[in-house]
Amino acid sequence: MLLSVEKITKEFPIQKGLFGTPTAYLRAVAGVSFDIEAGEVVGLVGESGCGKSTVGRCVVGLHQATDGRVLWDGKDIAKLSPEERRTLRRRFQMVFQNPFSSLNPRQKIEDVLLEPIAVHGLFRPSERAAAVQELIEQVGLSSKDLQKYPHEFSGGQRQRIGIARALACQPDLMVLDEPVSSLDVSVQASILNLLTKLNRDRKIGYLFISHDLQVVGYISTRVLVMYLGVVVEEGRVDQVLKSPRHPYTQTLLKASLGASVAVKGEQLSPAQVVPGCAFYNRCPHAESRCSNEKQDFQEVDGVWRVACWKWHKIG
Amino acid sequence: MGKVLRGVDLALEEGQTLALVGESGCGKSVTALSVLNLLPQPPMSKTAGRIRFEEREMDGLSELDWRRVRGKEIGIVFQDPVASLNPVFTVGDQVEEALKVHLGLTVAVAKKRTLELLTQVGLPEPERIAGQYPHQLSGGMCQRVMIAMAVACEPKLLIADEPTTALDVTVQAQILDLLFQMTQKSKMAVLLITHDLRIVRNHTDRVVILYAGEVVEEGMPDDIFLHAQHPYTEGLLAAMPTFGQQGKPLTSIEGAVPSPFDTLTACVFADRCPKVQEKCRKEKPLFESEKNGHGVRCFYPSKK
Ligand SMILES: Nc1ncnc2c1ncn2[C@@H]1O[C@H](COP(=O)(O)OP(=O)(O)O)[C@@H](O)[C@H]1O
Ligand code: SF4
Ligand SMILES: [Mg+2]
Repeated sequence: MLLSVEKITKEFPIQKGLFGTPTAYLRAVAGVSFDIEAGEVVGLVGESGCGKSTVGRCVVGLHQATDGRVLWDGKDIAKLSPEERRTLRRRFQMVFQNPFSSLNPRQKIEDVLLEPIAVHGLFRPSERAAAVQELIEQVGLSSKDLQKYPHEFSGGQRQRIGIARALACQPDLMVLDEPVSSLDVSVQASILNLLTKLNRDRKIGYLFISHDLQVVGYISTRVLVMYLGVVVEEGRVDQVLKSPRHPYTQTLLKASLGASVAVKGEQLSPAQVVPGCAFYNRCPHAESRCSNEKQDFQEVDGVWRVACWKWHKIG
Repeated sequence: MGKVLRGVDLALEEGQTLALVGESGCGKSVTALSVLNLLPQPPMSKTAGRIRFEEREMDGLSELDWRRVRGKEIGIVFQDPVASLNPVFTVGDQVEEALKVHLGLTVAVAKKRTLELLTQVGLPEPERIAGQYPHQLSGGMCQRVMIAMAVACEPKLLIADEPTTALDVTVQAQILDLLFQMTQKSKMAVLLITHDLRIVRNHTDRVVILYAGEVVEEGMPDDIFLHAQHPYTEGLLAAMPTFGQQGKPLTSIEGAVPSPFDTLTACVFADRCPKVQEKCRKEKPLFESEKNGHGVRCFYPSKK
């Protein structure tokens, strides 16, 4: 298995005591598990603050999980030797919503792309210039663009460069965190087309993170729906988006089509401890049992699973 | 001089919701600001055209008169609710203040009315929420407070500029439901400005598609979603990813919006249009409406 995530939890300290020791925690991710096979596209969807980015960061090793394990190629990333870590981490890359916020504005695009190639020692030095040219063309820009600076590009072009930069590492998995969320719909379409093509031609797997269920439904084959730190429903896209079983997924689907929804209120803060179902305060089907019973996954059909004890009654 | 808007005609009737849809840079917000006489001058100014509100000519109105109109007769809701509220006053105080200034209510009456308004916009525990500061509330709650303030004086028109863009989709749906209910219950009209075509289908009476400062198509939601005629509208619809389209490449609209400094003697969309003909580059198409009010600005509209 290319990637396995086993019951990861991530807590952030939110209050410190007298000697700087944390006295209160916020649980951003509370026991999330999933696998991604080579070349597979898995969508992770949910509203802001539900923990999507935190999961993404744990997957590429930018955060260390408080509990649980992340395995790259079957190896626990907390137990890798420094060499193993260096070789493996090249294969797991992250692309952010605003890839340029971390870039040096005085660095030419050519150097932006050469950097990861040099760091990972890819290609012979004499071949690198040609490799960078191929990269920029692969993401739909021209070799002339290599001599330009970050500010000379539009939002969609910047995202193409962000993708080229991740591609430079020759990854097997890319974690794409809201890659099209700040783009106009016509530009978004061209980035989604590019990503689909790269997945097809190069067999790169994606963990595609987005708050937009329609975007996730379009690009993924399998989807994980997250709410307040937990996955509440997962399955193949044709299962989950056709007839969602979890009341939250049902709500999200309606809202994503612009229809009216029956829910009230908003997602609770992850600093609050919720003894029962995370969706209890908003769910139109809630009963008293939901407020104090943790919801485990129930199997609907094969890989299709839902964390709601009432799922078969609410179709 | 650059032209951000090029002859935009809009008409709104009592109790109607009209959506103004377009991508970034197409002139949506500038339209809203000109309706409110709020264009920053310089650099911007309205060079031609007129605005009539309830049969009144608004050109030549003094700034003082405008101030009375804004807030009282025309309410406004902006994209970022947290930034639009004053951080140093409780939200209850801010609603109360609007009531006192515009309607001259006494403190006691304004207090009572504030709680009614907060209840009306669906806030739970209005007494407690009235005592809180904006940063203590979520984005969705702040937007409900903004709406309460905007409708406090029972305006005839509410302008909502991307009111749900900063909110989560499930909260967005709630806020749109709320706005729509309000137009059903009162005679208030809503001008909803958005980049998101999806949200207008179930929440508006009319849709106007704006491109490069021009109205390119207008109609009822079904005219737009089921019988789009302008290539730009068709492009926007085909660019929207949906679960049902899996595996099919999306249509992207190549190229960029023309700059406000281009003088256009041609169709504004000619450079990006997949159906462009010679005529489109030489002449400017007029906006032509059918009897049912579905209108389009294109020499070769699709007829389905
Ligand atoms: N570095 C951090 N320190 C403290 N809290 C954090 C940190 N990163 C994320 N959080 C909190 O964890 C929760 C989940 O955040 P995030 O993973 O960014 O959600 P999403 O990507 O779904 O919007 C939020 O409440 C957020 O405020
Ligand atoms: S467990 Fe109860 S509250 Fe949670 S989603 Fe199911 S019915 Fe709703
Ligand atoms: Mg995030």
